[in-house]
Amino acid sequence: MTAALSLNQASVRFGSRALWSEVNLALEAGEFLAVLGPNGAGKSTFLKVLLGLQRLTTGRAEVLGRPVRRGSAQVGYIPQHHNLEVETPLRAQDLVALGLEGHKYGIPWTSRKARARIEQLLGQVGAADYADRPVGLLSGGEQQRLRAAQALASNPALLLCDEPLHSLDLNHQRAITELIRSQAVERGSAVVFVTHEINPVIEHVDRVLYFARGGYRIGPVEEVMRSEVLTELYQSPVEVIEHKGRLVVMGEHAEGEHHND
Amino acid sequence: MIEQVTSSFSTENYWELFWLVRNSVITAGVLGLMGGIIGIFIMLRRSGLVVHGIAEISFAGAALFLLAGLDVVFGSAVGAVVAALLIGVLALRDKDTSGVTAVLMPFGLGLGIFFLHLYQGRTANRFGLLTGQIVGVDDVQTRTLVTGAVVIAAVLILIWRPLMFASVDPQLAAARGVNTNLLTIVFMVLLGGAVAMSVQVVGALLVLALLVVPSAAALKVARHPAAVVALSCTFATVSAVGGIMIAIMGTVPISPYITTISFLFYLVCLIVGWRQRRVRQRSAVQAGS
Repeated sequence: MTAALSLNQASVRFGSRALWSEVNLALEAGEFLAVLGPNGAGKSTFLKVLLGLQRLTTGRAEVLGRPVRRGSAQVGYIPQHHNLEVETPLRAQDLVALGLEGHKYGIPWTSRKARARIEQLLGQVGAADYADRPVGLLSGGEQQRLRAAQALASNPALLLCDEPLHSLDLNHQRAITELIRSQAVERGSAVVFVTHEINPVIEHVDRVLYFARGGYRIGPVEEVMRSEVLTELYQSPVEVIEHKGRLVVMGEHAEGEHHND
Repeated sequence: MIEQVTSSFSTENYWELFWLVRNSVITAGVLGLMGGIIGIFIMLRRSGLVVHGIAEISFAGAALFLLAGLDVVFGSAVGAVVAALLIGVLALRDKDTSGVTAVLMPFGLGLGIFFLHLYQGRTANRFGLLTGQIVGVDDVQTRTLVTGAVVIAAVLILIWRPLMFASVDPQLAAARGVNTNLLTIVFMVLLGGAVAMSVQVVGALLVLALLVVPSAAALKVARHPAAVVALSCTFATVSAVGGIMIAIMGTVPISPYITTISFLFYLVCLIVGWRQRRVRQRSAVQAGS
């Protein structure tokens, strides 16, 4: 079976600085990959590569066996939460409609079929109750559900999440995580979940991709999130402490970078 | 002062007068429809100041063409489109359009003053471009302005969805394959055209009354996309046409009427918006208790 996502000897450099190099990775349908690492280690660039917004310096990146392409319907994207303007002239269903056909030019007419799909998506993310409410008046968690619906609109094989839980309260964090997880399980989408904090998603994670200092480690949580592994990656002492199923990463560099954001 | 204004009013032969300015009324009406649509995007992209900047720089274009012995109206249109393109391109990288505008605007105005200084003829009657004029829109100009406005409105409708997407959530739109930079440039060209045409009616100093205030008012009270468009277009058209219909009764120029009517729309919408919010909060409290 073709991997949902595969990276082959993939590297990105800016000038003489290598952000990360020779990343090899194959993600199966339904797999949940958490991407961790300090700021500037290349997490966002990793997503940009998968979105077709950043070219690899060397190597290949493929989605379902095809080279990554900007605006591909096979790739869904949930950006970091930012509040929409209060006066945005859109209702919840209009925002989801943009996810479905916002890239299309021509007379802005929504077909009956598209309407049905939008209704279905709103139901899928639990946003049916506020379909007619103006988006600017919705809470952060509600807006983020709509972004999830936008990302799921094309039924993507690969779902990219850029810190989708950022600035959400715990309840909404849990709800959004569940939503993304169920997409992976029920529809067989591979999930790439970029985050500062692994704990909110730790029970769902199949593998971890940890970027730091130009290097990376990939593997199951228990293989990567270990003191000796991260110490080697950071090239300075890092301690990973497990406490009631939660992981705390402590180290001169790692700690600040995990919690200052 | 009040007496000075009221005594100048006369309703005698009103419809004959109205017939004389019919070209202006048609033009104002169509420009209002266009302004109502483009204004929504101006608000969403926070480009209010940019509109003002483009309008003022268009004055430099007009002054240059006056100096060169060419058509002043065409000069202001060229100035507006060039200014809009320049601002669009310079702001592509950091998205700070108001910063770029604030830098370009004084330079453009300075050039305009310089060109006017070099011009030997009488300039007083040319300042209609700053404060607007109603008489003297001939059939050809009407046709040009109406065609221009219809084209701009049509293009806006055809790029509505991607432009809305790029204006509301640029990051996501780019990820979905929308060419946000290209849309920014296209939008700025449309905006330059819209400003150039609006200058003909309300003047460079007051273009905001036609392009921004109606949309700002509509966004205070409505959220349904179609409702916002309908309200915004109505406010703009009523302000423009109403301003002319009142202005022909007296000697006061047209622009103060247009700006006042559109401001009144804004004021009413502001109050209605406050009340809507109060009602919503009250019902939220009741639902919570």
